[in-house]
Amino acid sequence: MAILVNSESKVLIQGITGKQGTFHLKQMQAFGTQVVAGVAPGKGGGVHEGVPLYESVFEACENHQIDASVLFIPAAFCKDAALEAIEAGIKVIVIITEHIPVVDELIIVNRAKLKGATIIGPNTFGMASWKCKLGILPNVAFSPGPVGIVARSGTLTYEIVGSLTNVGIGQTSVVGLGGDRVPGSTFVDMLKLFEADPETKAVVLVGEIGGNAEEEAAEYIKTMSKPVVAYLAGKSAPPGKRMGHAGAIIERGKGTYEGKIQALEAAGARIAIFPYEVAQIIQELLA
Amino acid sequence: MLLYHHIQMNDEHLRWDNINPQIILREGQIYNVKCFEYMGKEIFADYGIPVPQGRMVTTPEAAEQVAAEIGKSVVIKSQVLSGKRGKGGGIKFSDTPAGARTAAEEILAMTVQGHQVKCLLVEEKLRIEHELYVAITIDGAAKAPVLITSAKGGMDIEEQAEEDIVKVHLDVFLGLQPYLAKDLARRIGLKGAQAKAYADIVQKMYKIMIERDAELVEINPLVLSGDQVIAADAKVTIDDSALFRHKELTIVDEDKTEIEKLAQAAGVGSFVELGGDIAIMANGAGITMGTLDMIQLFGGSPANFMDAGGGTGVEGTAKAIGILLEQKPKVIFINIFGGITRCDDVANALAYVKKNIGIPVPVVVRMVGTNEEAGVQILREVGIDAYREMKEAAQKAVELSKVGGVA
Repeated sequence: MAILVNSESKVLIQGITGKQGTFHLKQMQAFGTQVVAGVAPGKGGGVHEGVPLYESVFEACENHQIDASVLFIPAAFCKDAALEAIEAGIKVIVIITEHIPVVDELIIVNRAKLKGATIIGPNTFGMASWKCKLGILPNVAFSPGPVGIVARSGTLTYEIVGSLTNVGIGQTSVVGLGGDRVPGSTFVDMLKLFEADPETKAVVLVGEIGGNAEEEAAEYIKTMSKPVVAYLAGKSAPPGKRMGHAGAIIERGKGTYEGKIQALEAAGARIAIFPYEVAQIIQELLA
Repeated sequence: MLLYHHIQMNDEHLRWDNINPQIILREGQIYNVKCFEYMGKEIFADYGIPVPQGRMVTTPEAAEQVAAEIGKSVVIKSQVLSGKRGKGGGIKFSDTPAGARTAAEEILAMTVQGHQVKCLLVEEKLRIEHELYVAITIDGAAKAPVLITSAKGGMDIEEQAEEDIVKVHLDVFLGLQPYLAKDLARRIGLKGAQAKAYADIVQKMYKIMIERDAELVEINPLVLSGDQVIAADAKVTIDDSALFRHKELTIVDEDKTEIEKLAQAAGVGSFVELGGDIAIMANGAGITMGTLDMIQLFGGSPANFMDAGGGTGVEGTAKAIGILLEQKPKVIFINIFGGITRCDDVANALAYVKKNIGIPVPVVVRMVGTNEEAGVQILREVGIDAYREMKEAAQKAVELSKVGGVA
């Protein structure tokens, strides 16, 4: 199995006919994702790359069972698109878009909490389980296996997944929480799911400076039965500077690399100083 | 003429078929737009939050005129983004218009905390009975706005004792309701007309946060003067992601360095100057941070953080390399894990810059992923060998930075 979605999941894409939507629809199909419907206002009733199009999420949901939606929607319109998906009852909503106003993020994330929907992102590569990719991570950066991965950043995740795949270790699910100030899901949310997933034998946490998500994760890791390997980026980052991600900033002495590492280490997580060490540690743990 | 201005390529060189929506949907790269005090006070005035009578000026003559209009003692405040302006002499008082002129002359000639003073705020000097602190910001971990207030204003909130601070998370669907505003006033010891005025102000601050997309609305100090409660200072930071719906805003970018401004003008993804001698480009915020960490752990000194993003294409990457060159590093280190970013695009950009502009320092490239073989071949043709392992490449870059030798 896997977390949140699996090879049986039926997927909707909002913003399916745009340049990005189209490109990643094809990539997702090539991965094996069952994309059953797309929303493209003004094009309802049509078909795009073999996928039926609808005017709204509500209309798509009247015609299909939808387990998850992926949004390829410009930042200015994301709030409305996400609220519609939540209201239509979709339980897993992946928001790829970066630079959504933080006030809009607050509304999306709190509405989802109220309605019991899981938001992945915003500002994420998305997530993948075997034969179900929701987002933009390269198809090659995934192979099926026993390791769960939850991360705040994309390329770094591909790097680590790539090094795992190189030594023959695959993944149950790979989840990108996104780099924004108000992420829909946290490390703890995903660690709980991996802990409960019978096929996941170990979890890799890819964090970075800023915020306190890693510290919260450490509290939960204390209670986990499965081993966790953590790699964090930003050891060399100066305070007060945003390192690419809106959330990657050391503010008022909080969110430092050292503080996070100490918390994770104290919780029993194994620490990788370099990204390439993750695969070595996982090999040891699974041996 | 700057190097990156030379980098203009034909459309046929650009391939936009592999596009990262995160790049395309991007509005800009200026995170959190900070407002000068006078701008914050203009917003406050729009919403009916009491502010001292006064005006922004840029000349000593105008300062004198505004002081004469006010007709009583004034304060002349430098408009720079750093706090602690008073300690650097950036705030002066005067009892006469002529004195205001002299004070303005002095402050306009000053550099406050590294910032050249370009404008001043001249306003009435308040009769201060007591100073409070109040701020509304966003707590990402709690996924909620948070209001922080204290009966002890005038100093940094970080310097205050935990027991003096009142902190309340707000429900984004309810906002800041009157009952809560009144209770906050009670909790910091206000009564009567002052409590009423305070409750009114915090509700207006919340409204500003939501309607103007402010990440931070801070008043420190909020001054008690008779029955009046007045915002003696204003710190408003606008969420840059929301700028598309606030075209009226003036952008203040004085906390960026010259090279950071260049990078922004060149449309390069996120860039932070760090001051070392190894110029770095990678694709993705996380892997860029990871690259800097590795360079530092191996004993090297990164010149910058540069997330060139994903799917930036040949021209964008060439411009980014131009920015790296502007820093006059000892070594350039490029670390690409090609997903949406194509190795051949990066290689073509490097080859283009090398042939047309010249790269006077060693270039170390680590390149794996999409179109790797093509990228490696293109680089080989211009005499650059690419590494596959990040570790070996980082070690080589550090080694070259020590000897300043050749690749």
